[in-house]
Amino acid sequence: MSAAADSLPVVAVRRIGAMTLFLLQVLARIGPALLRPGLIVRQIYNAGARSLVIIMLSGMFVGMVLGLLGFDVFQRFGSEDYVGVLAALGNLKVLGPVLTALLFAGRAGTSLTSEIGLMKSTEQLTAMQMMAVDPVRYVVVPRFLGGFIAMPLLAATFTVIALYGAQLIGVQQMGVDAGAYWSQTQNAVDLHDVWEGVVKSLVFGVAVSLVAVYEGYHADPTPEGVGLATTRTVVISSVLVLLLNYLLTAVFLTTK
Amino acid sequence: MGPSGTAKTTLLRLITWQVVAERGSVQVFGSEVATRSTAELFAMRRRMGMLFQNGALLTDLDVYENVAFPLRAHTDLPEPLVRQLVLTKLHAVGLRGAARLMPAELSGGMARRVALARAIVMDPDILIYDEPFVGLDPISMGVICRLIKDMNEALGITSIVVSHDVQELASIAHDSFLLSGGKVVASGTPEELNRSDIPEVRQFMSGLADGPVAFHYPAPDYREELLGDTGEAR
Repeated sequence: MSAAADSLPVVAVRRIGAMTLFLLQVLARIGPALLRPGLIVRQIYNAGARSLVIIMLSGMFVGMVLGLLGFDVFQRFGSEDYVGVLAALGNLKVLGPVLTALLFAGRAGTSLTSEIGLMKSTEQLTAMQMMAVDPVRYVVVPRFLGGFIAMPLLAATFTVIALYGAQLIGVQQMGVDAGAYWSQTQNAVDLHDVWEGVVKSLVFGVAVSLVAVYEGYHADPTPEGVGLATTRTVVISSVLVLLLNYLLTAVFLTTK
Repeated sequence: MGPSGTAKTTLLRLITWQVVAERGSVQVFGSEVATRSTAELFAMRRRMGMLFQNGALLTDLDVYENVAFPLRAHTDLPEPLVRQLVLTKLHAVGLRGAARLMPAELSGGMARRVALARAIVMDPDILIYDEPFVGLDPISMGVICRLIKDMNEALGITSIVVSHDVQELASIAHDSFLLSGGKVVASGTPEELNRSDIPEVRQFMSGLADGPVAFHYPAPDYREELLGDTGEAR
């Protein structure tokens, strides 16, 4: 194969094409997979409930930092009341979905990839095929759906905890008036901002879950192959989340 | 039978259509494998059971659920009947008492016995064993050997066993085929293979270190490589 065929853009386009085809395969099997909701619920627990602690802790610290920074900047202009606006818009529109997706990729995405990769390397997926059972339907789809459903719920949790963290610093510690804090926040935030966060978290949920299950399913069935696939999950989904975040932000700004 | 790397497992994969042959013909149940649709292929596989080298048990399910897996995937049998079938098959392999253990809690031999129970739970017409004796202690090897023989006789099915354990295979096989270099070099009963004059067969059956399958991997001349112009071993 020529060097041009192995160049980064060609490899990237090929991978995007392969992932799109894989997504279509997954989507085509969602109907039959819904007949066994127990498998999906278990994956929501694995991807979602088990990521709760890291998401809540991170949300709290991010909110607290926003409270500190916001207070430091706004007090120079005598507008400390706007700390809540910064925290609310920053978290709802960007930090909540983006940081949750990045943490989700590191916590649940790697777990999905390595689990499916190890199932492949120990011939469990081949054994399923030999039992005339489709591994995409039984292994991939429940994990994809589990991640897709868990991600927005985690992003919502992150955002709520971050808002509380910002309030904790801004109002409780720095002494901003609670009434002014919340009324400014209420005036500045509208439904469009909430929708932006919801849509982003849904899109990131699809992106991270798809990358994780794709990389696991296509990992080389060796210890090294599974390790590389896990690394690729973090790298690809992180870059993808940041790229999609930029595109979605631009779209929401133009449609406001 | 055949030495390592001689395409025994590849042959099994061709039979089960895990890999597609570039040339030639593979017929199972009287018809060509390659011409079947996906649905027909899955129907064919439902009539086959396969035992993998390491058992390939689903690690997130316990022993009971592993054996029940094909039943749950392909049938709508009521739970009492599933339970009866699973416990019957587990009893046949001597592991009814291990039904609630997880795969990680099983020894290599036990894992293969559970995999065997799973392979027979749909009452297949053909059972395929890929290196069933690898890495087992003599007791577990004897147990698996006995089970293969018993299953074959009790269920009246065809068993295809791929292995390089001459003694074990000789004790259970009605017919054997010796593969070497991707080709069948001899066939017959194990006794006939033992009497064969074909060099590949003699080397394999007697476990000789050198012969048609060379001890040394192909390499440049030894003297030249050690004492070459550079004076350095490459």
